[in-house]
Amino acid sequence: MDRVSADDLRRERFFHGMPGPHLARLATAGRVVEFPAGRRVFEENGTAESFWVIRSGTVALDLHVPGRGPVVVETLEASAVLGWSWLFPPHRWRFGAVAVRPVEATRFDGPLVRTLGATDPELGYDMALRFGTVMLDRLEATRIRVLDLYAHPGEPR
Amino acid sequence: MAPVPYRVVAKRAETAETVTLTLAPVGAAIPEPEPGQFTMMYAFGIGEVPISVSRTRPVLEQTIRAVGAVTGALCRAEAGQVIGLRGPFGTGWGVDEARGRDLVLAAGGIGLAPLRPAILRALARRDDYGRVAVLIGARTPGDLLFEDELETWRARGAQVEVTVDRPAPGWTGHVGLITALAGSADVDPSRAAAYVCGPEIMMRLTAQALAGLGTHPGRIRVSLERSMRCGIGWCGHCQLGPLLICRDGPVVPYESAVPLMAVKEL
Repeated sequence: MDRVSADDLRRERFFHGMPGPHLARLATAGRVVEFPAGRRVFEENGTAESFWVIRSGTVALDLHVPGRGPVVVETLEASAVLGWSWLFPPHRWRFGAVAVRPVEATRFDGPLVRTLGATDPELGYDMALRFGTVMLDRLEATRIRVLDLYAHPGEPR
Repeated sequence: MAPVPYRVVAKRAETAETVTLTLAPVGAAIPEPEPGQFTMMYAFGIGEVPISVSRTRPVLEQTIRAVGAVTGALCRAEAGQVIGLRGPFGTGWGVDEARGRDLVLAAGGIGLAPLRPAILRALARRDDYGRVAVLIGARTPGDLLFEDELETWRARGAQVEVTVDRPAPGWTGHVGLITALAGSADVDPSRAAAYVCGPEIMMRLTAQALAGLGTHPGRIRVSLERSMRCGIGWCGHCQLGPLLICRDGPVVPYESAVPLMAVKEL
């Protein structure tokens, strides 16, 4: 697994605007990883110790539904962040994730990033805000999907 | 103002409730529509509805979803049956004005029908444009229109990305909102023109996402829909603030549409 630099991270949308010293510290927790299509990234209920910033490819988030198997709830593309359960106790994945198309991503060591945030609260606050934004975006998207984005006013429901 | 008789020469089921009719004039033809324009389609003895043109050449096609008495009758029309057309009416996407630019064409649900002529026009004149990205969102794979054409569009140089809200077993495409696809469009947002068509909420969110990625709001166009009756700006049924959608629309700049979309009374 290749190491990443602060400059590598600066190019990712997720890290836009982050101060250089913070990027340098986070880079110590990041490694470049690859997943072939079909490889499971993590299992539902597994221990959550990482998050990924997707550089290329597609990852599907899924949930095992009895009688139906893994049902895909969302796919994530390049520049998206995969995984936030590493940040919150009990640090277990609520969903599973599988590479749909070959994926290259930066994987971050979750416990190490938690430690970096605890020792530097400014970095920790910055990361919490960034993950809060990701979660807000996903929550909004989920609410809009509940609304049915594609329903026309005259359409029988 | 009288409807011009057209004969249904072919009918293709797109989804469970949507059909595409291929139409040929019985006598004189209406003028060739520009991509984005609509006609008033008349089911004789039942009524008339505005329907976007889904192909302008070499044949005229219109794609209809059965949501009421008139659209239901048009969807039940079979080859050989005669219907009436008035038009074409309204503004087009302005595909020719965007020559030299990258193009993003984003469609939600049946919104792909009015965008299809713009896609076909751009692909027919592929060298006139930079990169062309077609983004399509639908509830389920079964709700996708023109599914058998998507590979052809790819082969002719378009990036085509499809996302659904609810995947069927075996679906390997994207799952989620069309807004999430905006970042996947392989275009330079700063030099792109974007055309967005679908339900209003979909257009609002997609246009916001495209503008957020750097496409100038002045180069984003949306297609508005209101209750159109006369088609020529006389009756006022389709008024939306200062606009009469049949005459000043349906395609309008996103900048003009934004303040109108935010008014609850409209």
